[in-house]
Amino acid sequence: MRRLLLIALFAAAPALAADDEFRLVIQDHRFQPSEVVVPAGKKIKLIVENRDATPEEFDSHSLNREKVIAGKSTATIFIGPLAPGRYPFVGEYNEKTAQGVVVAK
Amino acid sequence: MFATAIIVFREVLEAALLVGIVAAATRSVPGRGRWLAGGMVAGLAGAGLVALGTGRIAAMASGIGTDLFNAGVLGLAVAMLAWHNLWMANHGAALAANARGLGQDVRDGRRECSILLIVVGLAVLREGSETVLFLYGVAASEGGGSATMLAGGIAGVAAGSAAGYALYAGLLRIPLRWFFTATGVLVLFVAAGMASQAARFLIQADVLPSLAAPLWDTSAVLPQASIAGTLLHSLVGYDARPAGMQILFYVLVLVTIAAGMKWVNKGSPRSS
Repeated sequence: MRRLLLIALFAAAPALAADDEFRLVIQDHRFQPSEVVVPAGKKIKLIVENRDATPEEFDSHSLNREKVIAGKSTATIFIGPLAPGRYPFVGEYNEKTAQGVVVAK
Repeated sequence: MFATAIIVFREVLEAALLVGIVAAATRSVPGRGRWLAGGMVAGLAGAGLVALGTGRIAAMASGIGTDLFNAGVLGLAVAMLAWHNLWMANHGAALAANARGLGQDVRDGRRECSILLIVVGLAVLREGSETVLFLYGVAASEGGGSATMLAGGIAGVAAGSAAGYALYAGLLRIPLRWFFTATGVLVLFVAAGMASQAARFLIQADVLPSLAAPLWDTSAVLPQASIAGTLLHSLVGYDARPAGMQILFYVLVLVTIAAGMKWVNKGSPRSS
């Protein structure tokens, strides 16, 4: 019985450890890609790389997230688990160009 | 320039409102003006340093350094505000009765003021560093536009400070009988709101689970980006889509400080 439990634990461990990862790049005050499709109902690890020399603030009211990313650096933001739907986000420091949306399906 | 002013205003507002509340809450503490100014200056200096070191802070703890830093600053501020409220629960009655000038009270007042210096300093540090980063970004990318940027930045800081002062002046109109109760309650809610924000940073960094996110969604009724939403966010920690963990932090801090105030007040011989 105990061995069975152990096997079950080890089988489950990788599933728990592996968050779904998605990468975003900020370049010329734009997000690339500007639309990220993610699975609904799961925790998501967003890795945002800012290639601009200037800082940016990842800001989303619908995701309830806010994070300053220094110039030429990479930040990690965990989001979700999300209900299916569209979650817009902006770069607050360059709101005119830096726009994107997370789509949970 | 207008966009710059609005963003700077938003960043400055929270710190300005806090300074307004703290300034009002300590109206009869001797020598508080100098301490408040000292806190703001220290906060500004710190903001510059943090802005310079943002890249380094962000790189710490594999990309979540900024979140841990923000949560730490907020947590410290919550602790200081809690201390302030307990002190006021003990001395508020005496201050309201204008029975100050006693040696003991002055000495206590000085310690209380150093706590305030830290609270104000932390608030200015956190919001100020983001403002500095933003203005730096605008200056770097717009090239020749630094004069308009400067104008926008100054307009934003001025508007934010005006809001903080308006709150301060408004609070001072409260009759002295209820004054310290009113500011105490306000500080209580500000502290709870900060705790909720700290929780959000820790969720964002995946240090804490979110526990049902969002717990509710009132963004259709009262969007957080609206003026009322922004004000309520700064004053009572309003969040249109809070995670369960944020509410847990909020309620826990609210109940703990309130219970502490009640307990201290009961033990104080000077309270009525």
